[in-house]
Amino acid sequence: MAFELPPLPYAYDALDPYMSAQTLQFHHDKHHQAYVTALNNLIKDTPLADKPLEEIVKASYGDPSKQAIFNNAGQHWNHTLFWQMMKKGGGGSIPGELETKINEDLGGVDKFKEAFTQAGLTQFGSGWAWLVVDGGKLKVTKTPNGENPLVHGQTVLLGCDVWEHSYYLDYQNRRADYLKAYLDNMVNWEFVAELMHKG
Amino acid sequence: MLMMGRRGFLAAAGAVSVVTMMDRGIGRAWAQATGPFKLDPLGYATSALEPHIDAKTMEIHHDKHHATYVTNLNAAVKDHSQVASMPLQDILAKLGEMPDAVRTTIRNSGGGHANHTMFWQIMGPGGGAPTGDLKAAIDRDLGGVDAMKETFNGAGARVFGSGWVFVTVDKQGKLALESKPNQDTPLMEGKRVLMGNDVWEHAYYLTYQNRRPDYLKAWWNTVDWSKVGERYAAAKAGTLTI
Ligand SMILES: [Fe+2]
Ligand SMILES: [Fe+2]
Repeated sequence: MAFELPPLPYAYDALDPYMSAQTLQFHHDKHHQAYVTALNNLIKDTPLADKPLEEIVKASYGDPSKQAIFNNAGQHWNHTLFWQMMKKGGGGSIPGELETKINEDLGGVDKFKEAFTQAGLTQFGSGWAWLVVDGGKLKVTKTPNGENPLVHGQTVLLGCDVWEHSYYLDYQNRRADYLKAYLDNMVNWEFVAELMHKG
Repeated sequence: MLMMGRRGFLAAAGAVSVVTMMDRGIGRAWAQATGPFKLDPLGYATSALEPHIDAKTMEIHHDKHHATYVTNLNAAVKDHSQVASMPLQDILAKLGEMPDAVRTTIRNSGGGHANHTMFWQIMGPGGGAPTGDLKAAIDRDLGGVDAMKETFNGAGARVFGSGWVFVTVDKQGKLALESKPNQDTPLMEGKRVLMGNDVWEHAYYLTYQNRRPDYLKAWWNTVDWSKVGERYAAAKAGTLTI
């Protein structure tokens, strides 16, 4: 069965002015759609065609002959989570248990935000910044292009797309401003806490 | 003499201070850390490539993105006078020998500086078409101008994420196509670049958004073939640098 583009879980202008409706329209309807379409075309009539997305991501990782499949499967997985990690009126306070864990493992919320921003800024070119659980501990990481923590055996709690298409219409070269707006005004912390509880 | 001057300049500069470069007559300004590497002004107005590349894209691309590469490259070599005195093409060709602490910055920002310097140089309002030796080489090595554009655009569309497509040239004048991720460049393998196109999203997003193939196609209208011809002649004479 072919993969489908999941609908955006809010209106296009829900994140305005931090992420404009125009950005979300291109990002969701064009970029994410293109990954889904490319993935479906690439796996059609192959043994991967009926596999779940996570399995395709893991099976194609590090295999040069499956690089294109990995790129598009990875990006489909990443973007599907990314939309859910944001909400209208996001940012704000972090649910208690998650905040405690951030304090314990990352030295506090400010330190976490600093590390996450740094990860996003130093991901040269295109990629993602992440908050993950690795061996029971929270960790901040980054990955290039379509790569994600799934292939490193980590559980994703939060991810920020730092491909220029995520922020160029709204922030141009100012990636730091975009990362700040993401953390302070867009993150759906309840969803992040839910991911933590699911493990 | 130039190398001595650079060392003296560095020693005198001490801590990195920021000076402002002004683009003559246009009034745009960009910050530039002092150091051996400089951001040259664009050789034409930011609007000169419209409608194919819009003025705002040109301004941000040159004054912000390229300026940041120069600033970061200067900062990286600040405490490495040996590296600071080398020409950029030699630094990039010897990336593996660069100090561990600054190798990644040199790769990204040094590559970015070289790539963008070439990029501004080969574009312009001049247009034209390849002629003479260059035209003959394109016909011989790349199947003619139309075939070259098609292969080049195909390679550009296939770069996943950020990167560049290049035409390289060797001392015999032989041409080849090559794409690279991020700010990597064939200079890192000691080769010479005849021309190249930036397919980072920042190069086209304000005008083309997700439509990279449209940008790739339109970009050929911005190429100044007399400049490419000069680079081709320099490559054969052994004087082409970045
Ligand atoms: Fe994206
Ligand atoms: Fe660029």
